[in-house]
Amino acid sequence: MEQHRLLDRELNNLRDRLLLLGGATETALERTILALVERNSTTAREVLDGDSQIDRLEVEIDRLCIDVIALRQPAARDLRFVISVAKITPILERIADHACNIARATLDLNDEPELKTYVDLPDMGKHALSMLHAALDAFTSGDAARARQVIDRDDEIDETYNRLFHDLINMMVNEPGTVARATRLLLIAKHIERIADYVTDICELTVYMAEAAFIKHSK
Amino acid sequence: MEMSIAVERRREAEESLAEASASKIKIRALNFFYGRTQALYNIVMDIPERVVMAFIGPSGCGKSTLLRTLNRMNDTIHGTRVEGRVEIDGRDIYAPDTDVVELRRKVGMVFQKSNPFPKSIFDNVAYGLRINRLTESKAELQERVEEALTDAALWPEVKDRLKSSALGLSGGQQQRLCIARALAVKPEVLLMDEPASALDPIATQKIEELVVELKKQYTIVIVTHNMQQAARVSDRTAFFWLGKLIEVNTTERMFTNPDEKLTEDYITGRFG
Repeated sequence: MEQHRLLDRELNNLRDRLLLLGGATETALERTILALVERNSTTAREVLDGDSQIDRLEVEIDRLCIDVIALRQPAARDLRFVISVAKITPILERIADHACNIARATLDLNDEPELKTYVDLPDMGKHALSMLHAALDAFTSGDAARARQVIDRDDEIDETYNRLFHDLINMMVNEPGTVARATRLLLIAKHIERIADYVTDICELTVYMAEAAFIKHSK
Repeated sequence: MEMSIAVERRREAEESLAEASASKIKIRALNFFYGRTQALYNIVMDIPERVVMAFIGPSGCGKSTLLRTLNRMNDTIHGTRVEGRVEIDGRDIYAPDTDVVELRRKVGMVFQKSNPFPKSIFDNVAYGLRINRLTESKAELQERVEEALTDAALWPEVKDRLKSSALGLSGGQQQRLCIARALAVKPEVLLMDEPASALDPIATQKIEELVVELKKQYTIVIVTHNMQQAARVSDRTAFFWLGKLIEVNTTERMFTNPDEKLTEDYITGRFG
């Protein structure tokens, strides 16, 4: 039974570290959207500075997962949990990378005159942030039903992205002087769309953890 | 896709049932008693041909008792009693007309502690062949001994010292010698009661590789306390608790997503 308590302690530690990484990633995404909306270069730079902490956490969680698998040989729900954490960790790190890319694009945009306000873009970002928050909640509580609900919300992001894409292309065609800025906005929209896809991956892993069901590539 | 997963699981279950209909061993409503103490309760299980079936569970759960019912080794214990049926190839092995010597030739056994006779390596393997008069010539006897030692992955290590005492072999070699001795009489089922529990990791690995190799020819039932060993070598795993069969499933399913909470608690070390 001592072995069991040791394993539980390590699994709890793994969960705590992942939630810490999840929280740091949420903060990065929230701050980068704020920087975009408020044209705030200081906030954008803070997002970039915070990325190294996220990278460190990723490496730390990787090591913990390898140690637990090598030393404790988890099985059944413990194994599914460790595998899910090991796969969610790089996903969160990639989301944070996208947040950094948005921050870099924001810094470039802030050097130029403001383009027509695109309400859809900040809303799209907030929607992705809310999806990430819900996905981490679903993972923490092992709630597969909630994870599935989050997956369904990805369609809204895709629709918004498609609309924005056409709007920005039209703008570039009609106002060639906006091409550089509109391209950056387009890239930002693409980053947010990818973030939502990654959130979907987290939810698919939550369903696997909770039910041992593989729902990836199911659409 | 989720629907297809459900369909896939149903298909697996159907395949499992189909396999069961072609079972090598069928256990039906088996109860076993040591005097007044009941050790097994209403065990129902099918063991398909040429698979490795692992029995796992805490000490005293009845897994070794069940293993020994499969070749009536419990008969040698005074005061034991069996109810129910154990069929091998459709024949009830507890029927009054069963030839127990022939049964034990057909269902060989390897024990936790290797138990070579204080004889030469050759004589150990030849023992069952001689007492059962299973060979007609010296050449055939030599051929069968070599074949058994080869199947037990021991031939290259002992071929030049067949006349040496078996007691001079290492623990792992002695255990493989006992497997060769069991294989020499050409059994169809091999029962293994914690065959590697007293061996070092390298000898254990050899036994495990051997088990995987032997299932091409034999139906193997292995009792093990080492769950990782069960995961490594078996196709199916049965979990027992307090004399009851809690779950029998494919090993992959058992170790990733067992059906029963009790199984999951045991597999994940949260038992008791």
